[in-house]
Amino acid sequence: MKAFKYLIFIFISAFAVSCAYDNYDEPESQLTGKIVYNGEPLGLSVGEVSFQLYEPGWQLKAPINVTIAADGSYSALLFDASYKLIIPQNQGPFRNIPVNGSDTIVVDLRGKTVKDIEVMPYYMVRNPQFSASGRKVTATFKAEKIITDANAKSIERVNLYVNKTTLVDNRNEYKIKEASLNGSAITNPDNITLSLDVPDITPTQNYVFARVGIKISGVEKMIFSPVQKINL
Amino acid sequence: MKKHNILLFLMLTLLVWSCKDDEFLNRKPVNVLNEDQVWTNASVALNVLVDLYDRNNEYQRTDKWYEFTNFDEAFPSAAGDYGRARIGDFGYGDWADWDYGYIRELNMFIEKCSKATKMDDQNERVRMVAEARFLRAVNYFEKVKRMGGVPLILEVMTYNYSGDPSYLRHARAKESDIYDFVIAELDTVKSLLPNSASEKSRASKAAALAVQSRAALYAASIARYGATTPEVSLPGGEVGIPAAKAEGYYQKALAAAQEIITDGKYSLYQKNPDLQENFAAVFYDEDNNNEAILVRDYKLKSGKIVGFTLVNQPWSGAEDLEGGRLNPSLNLVQSFEKLDNTAASLDIRNGNDFVYYNSLTDIFAGRDARLGGTVILPGTKFKGKPVDIWAGYMLADGTKVTANTYAGKGRLPGKTEDQQVVGYDGPINSLEFTAQTGFYVRKYMDPNPGSGMRGPQSGLWWIQYRYAEVLLNAAEAAFELNQPALAATYMNQVRARAGLTTPLTAGEITFDRIVHERKVELAFEGHILWDLKRWRLAHKVWNGQAVNLTTNPMKADEPSTRPFGLWPYKYYNPGNPNDGKYVFEVVVPREVTNSRRFRMGNYYSNINDGIIASNPLLVRNPNQN
Repeated sequence: MKAFKYLIFIFISAFAVSCAYDNYDEPESQLTGKIVYNGEPLGLSVGEVSFQLYEPGWQLKAPINVTIAADGSYSALLFDASYKLIIPQNQGPFRNIPVNGSDTIVVDLRGKTVKDIEVMPYYMVRNPQFSASGRKVTATFKAEKIITDANAKSIERVNLYVNKTTLVDNRNEYKIKEASLNGSAITNPDNITLSLDVPDITPTQNYVFARVGIKISGVEKMIFSPVQKINL
Repeated sequence: MKKHNILLFLMLTLLVWSCKDDEFLNRKPVNVLNEDQVWTNASVALNVLVDLYDRNNEYQRTDKWYEFTNFDEAFPSAAGDYGRARIGDFGYGDWADWDYGYIRELNMFIEKCSKATKMDDQNERVRMVAEARFLRAVNYFEKVKRMGGVPLILEVMTYNYSGDPSYLRHARAKESDIYDFVIAELDTVKSLLPNSASEKSRASKAAALAVQSRAALYAASIARYGATTPEVSLPGGEVGIPAAKAEGYYQKALAAAQEIITDGKYSLYQKNPDLQENFAAVFYDEDNNNEAILVRDYKLKSGKIVGFTLVNQPWSGAEDLEGGRLNPSLNLVQSFEKLDNTAASLDIRNGNDFVYYNSLTDIFAGRDARLGGTVILPGTKFKGKPVDIWAGYMLADGTKVTANTYAGKGRLPGKTEDQQVVGYDGPINSLEFTAQTGFYVRKYMDPNPGSGMRGPQSGLWWIQYRYAEVLLNAAEAAFELNQPALAATYMNQVRARAGLTTPLTAGEITFDRIVHERKVELAFEGHILWDLKRWRLAHKVWNGQAVNLTTNPMKADEPSTRPFGLWPYKYYNPGNPNDGKYVFEVVVPREVTNSRRFRMGNYYSNINDGIIASNPLLVRNPNQN
């Protein structure tokens, strides 16, 4: 019995001691912002595009990956420091805008900071309109070519995606149905129409979320319109 | 107190003894060999080399059956591996290899063996140095396939304890530099290696040439087809080869292959007049097999045995309580072309009705003999025992009567007794060891008795390089060098052995043909990933879309993201002329719930942060986070 008491005492003291140690302050400075073109946020795929933050001066040189949400926004909880922000090449459906010949953006983080990052998208989805009649969803939009110089790329295809939730993109887990149109079949990029029939959904719901996207040839990740809820 | 004294006394005596004798610390160890013993005796040094042979890192091999199921070639019918059927995005770190410990040991072997002038057999010493250099070249080829250009370390690096190890850091070489090194190194060692076709498990001259031909071909196609994916490159050339170099590499690949061909020591295996059996025997007949060039050998009762037959044997005839794991997909099966040199899907539907077959094998009749040599089809035999693959009864109204256990029973309408309504080998969804795609694998299955038992297992080799691949390398290189007639000559030899006796003309050799021929000839031999990578087709074939089975199996860039199955049913409709015949259905096995997606960042594997942190000279591979 005595041994048991000792054991309990040791256990309790172990807990008491371990609490005193190794507690760093948690990161408290929030870095938020959007990936924008002329102030307008880009529509991206779900959690697929990210950028990197490096904090120079430490022994290890590993980046902090910050994932960009589908609506172009991002946020990260960090420590106060001077970070170097890099968007790796071919990371998203856009090109970086170099500042003084460098694609590194210095972020001086002191407390809560909002930092929008300007980029040059290859295309923008303009004026997306969604409508539904019965279970047929129709979308019209304009594909505006933003980069027109030597780096310009053509449209591989355009798509309309619908999903049960607000997470919508080209991957299987984020779509229940898609409509596709090849780039060569687009006659007027100012007025592209896509439509599809929404399949039966279990459990039944009388709405879906839809998005149109542009797949640019030679660029892996697509650019999208904002997500739109559609009542059927 | 007395006790205490005794203890003290004992301790003191112990100390006194152990200090007394100097020889105690200088005794020769009996469990390890020291340097002198190794480098004076060739047969002992060979043991070191054998370990180095064994550690060459290959992806997809018979001792790792599950790696064959990571793509669209096969489905894993084992509960613990269903995750492979559900692969969506391939990981950026998949297939990474940064094992420089192995390179260091190879370098050490080369250095020490080169200096071992006291070795009893000097000819053997020269040969072993050449073999170690061969292995080093092979491993750099393995690394460049996976990572792109890597640091090229050709000496044993030693730390001088100065407190600053940064001088040991080396930057990545260009991708083309590594290929150039591999090609040049093999040119040097090939004349030092024995030129004998009976030398298979150790490197021979032909092995060096075969590796060289494959490596040059990879480099060439990366140079040529890399132009279609400009984003898969780095400004320093660590990834990506300039298109201008393609021509030279193709010439090298062709020359190396032709050196083996004209030497005439190797030939296609053609001992058995039954062409299907003959193709299977290429892989299980180890006796005077003139096709195998370099093999990884196993031996019965030696401790180095392989369980490929054990884990993949048909469940109905299994010699032990396992089998049936690797199920080839319909995607692969339908790729085997018809004997008139055309490719087509299997005939399953006739308008709105099924096509009715008298026997299970009829649907596969008139196809490439390699089909039966690669895959155990329903209605055929393995080790003399028929496999029992049929999914159930199909009634006239389309409903199915089946059961969910091996050879399960059920009742047909109008009958009074239960009867077997599904094959002993399935196919049954989510029931491991049944042929969930409708097929079992045949290639590399050992027909000897006992090979399916857990105790003995199999001593069957794994062929790393064989003559048919050399011919196909030559054909591809010749085609790319605008010599289609020569390409046809080489390719027709491989096809004739498979029963495709109508030769292809020069005009019929296309890029799609080359891709297709390698797919069917070299299935389950560890080629699919590297081939699709070097042609820059991987992101098109595994594009992540849940596409249906293609109807054009000959087309090289046709998407194929999920393994499909082909399930046979017995048609039950008494009185109907088709009663008792077989009908077939294309299915997606239930465990396949996702579509494979190969992203641009998968072309070259991720170098992890730990490696980069300790060597900041390394640049990261493109298109990854």
